[in-house]
Amino acid sequence: MGRTIDALQIRHEIGGIGAIWYREWKVFLREKSRIVASAVNPILWLLVFGGGLGRSVSIPGTDYQAFIYPGILAQAVLFSSIFFGVYIVWDRKIDFLKEVLVAPISRTSVFIGKVVGGATDSVVQSVILLVLGVVLSRFGMIPGLHPTVTGFGAALLILALTTASLVSVGLILGAWMESPEGFQLVSSFLLFPTFFFSGALFPLDRLPSWLAPLVRLDPLTYSVDALRHVILGTAHFALGLDLAVMVGFTVVVIAVGSVAFQRMKV
Amino acid sequence: MAIIEIDHLTKRFDDIVAVDDLTLEIADGEFFGLLGPNGAGKSTTLLMLTTLVRPTSGTARVNGFDLVRQAGQVRRSIGIVFQDPSSDDTLTGYENLKLHGMLYGMPPALREQRIVEVLELVDLTNRKDSIVKHYSGGMRRRLELARGLMHRPKVLFLDEPTLGLDPQSRDHIWAYVERLVREENITVVLTTHYMEEADRLCSRLAIIDHGKIVALDSPANLKLVLGGDVVSLGVGKGEPNLDAVKALGFVDKIERRNGIVQLTVRDARDRLPQILQAIGEVKSIEVRPASLDDVFMHYTGREMRESSAEGGWAERSMHYRSATR
Repeated sequence: MGRTIDALQIRHEIGGIGAIWYREWKVFLREKSRIVASAVNPILWLLVFGGGLGRSVSIPGTDYQAFIYPGILAQAVLFSSIFFGVYIVWDRKIDFLKEVLVAPISRTSVFIGKVVGGATDSVVQSVILLVLGVVLSRFGMIPGLHPTVTGFGAALLILALTTASLVSVGLILGAWMESPEGFQLVSSFLLFPTFFFSGALFPLDRLPSWLAPLVRLDPLTYSVDALRHVILGTAHFALGLDLAVMVGFTVVVIAVGSVAFQRMKV
Repeated sequence: MAIIEIDHLTKRFDDIVAVDDLTLEIADGEFFGLLGPNGAGKSTTLLMLTTLVRPTSGTARVNGFDLVRQAGQVRRSIGIVFQDPSSDDTLTGYENLKLHGMLYGMPPALREQRIVEVLELVDLTNRKDSIVKHYSGGMRRRLELARGLMHRPKVLFLDEPTLGLDPQSRDHIWAYVERLVREENITVVLTTHYMEEADRLCSRLAIIDHGKIVALDSPANLKLVLGGDVVSLGVGKGEPNLDAVKALGFVDKIERRNGIVQLTVRDARDRLPQILQAIGEVKSIEVRPASLDDVFMHYTGREMRESSAEGGWAERSMHYRSATR
């Protein structure tokens, strides 16, 4: 008896996660400008910043533009994933959150559904950026980048894992903040250091001694490094270490996120 | 049989007692009203009964399930229309209902069948594929009414379902609520500060003030307590002889506000000449049967609404709420 009830409850929870995802997906499809905008900025970074600076900067073994391509992918996922957290603030503001929280599913499922929903958005964005990477390199606009199916496929998996953890961080922040303005403010304090310290724009080999430990503390560093492994074939840390840190970080933030949602006020 | 048993329910926010030791039973099939001004504790009571806010002390059972220990089962037993719109306005009406069915674990076939039924009930079938952003306030409220009913709850909570709507939409909502009570056979708990709404819909109501029940009965009985009619006499800046009125012996209550003297009198029409003789000069006279407004006034010493202008109160409270967010 007890076991059948558990099985039923688990089915309901999975259905609930599906429901949350369904809603996020519908909203994402309806806000087409968001999809376009999410691809424009990274491409500007890649072509304008990378193209402009690339003439004067040389990275051993590859072109600067190709070198920052993995970092720009990680940056795009970082920004869109963290900003996804603001939707929970909006849900609360428009009272939609009450409808969700009064439904007979656990708050952990609400959280997981949100993570899957936000990660889906970022994965779609990543696919667009990977395809643009292939197209632009075909036209010789990213010198030094040689896309391969396995490399870009692996990059997508790494980006998916990265977004799962970063969406969680965004949602933790969203569960905690009361206003969208507050969210913007606090998230920008989080976003820029995370981006700059990740080594998205520079190699990790010869860092000043004060910078090296900060870079190692930044969880995004390991995503960027893993992406360099699979896209460029060369990186700083071992791929195994990168993946271990990423998985560990994801587990921790998902656990913290579930607790944050448990304590979240309506 | 009681479908809701509230047992010494209390909620404190810091040093404010929002709900103060509330004990109450609501029977299966009742249309029950919680009446009171903003801040009286109605919404907090509802948020506790719907498991969204944990009680500080005390508990309640809904459909036999304990609020705190069996929150999941309580949630399956209830449907809610919140005070503020809580549908997603980037989705269509249909999509909002589908989402609701998914959240409540309804099997797809049943879900689709219920969506058709509840859309029909609130006359939104032909607008189901419009995005909710393009709905009017009344339509949106109707959609949420449909949504609250979709999973066939035992109890439907309506938290100020007509707040902020124009009088015509309000009338529509009332008609739908009456219809669904007939057709869906459920218990309804309504919070409102519209006296006409409570009077028209509720079989029994509790007047709440400062988190406590001050009166509990059917609307008709509550009005009987006042014993009859309300006589309003415009006296302007004059000097009405209130002592003489008091001396008449049959006036239950005398109040003076803004140049108006308001008396509660049994069989006012027959006794009006005596009153007019006693009070002296008056500029206007109004006699009407006691309303729930007067009942509220009687129990709390305050007026429910500041003015009788339709919607005025609601609009102001909306402004207030958006300003304090």
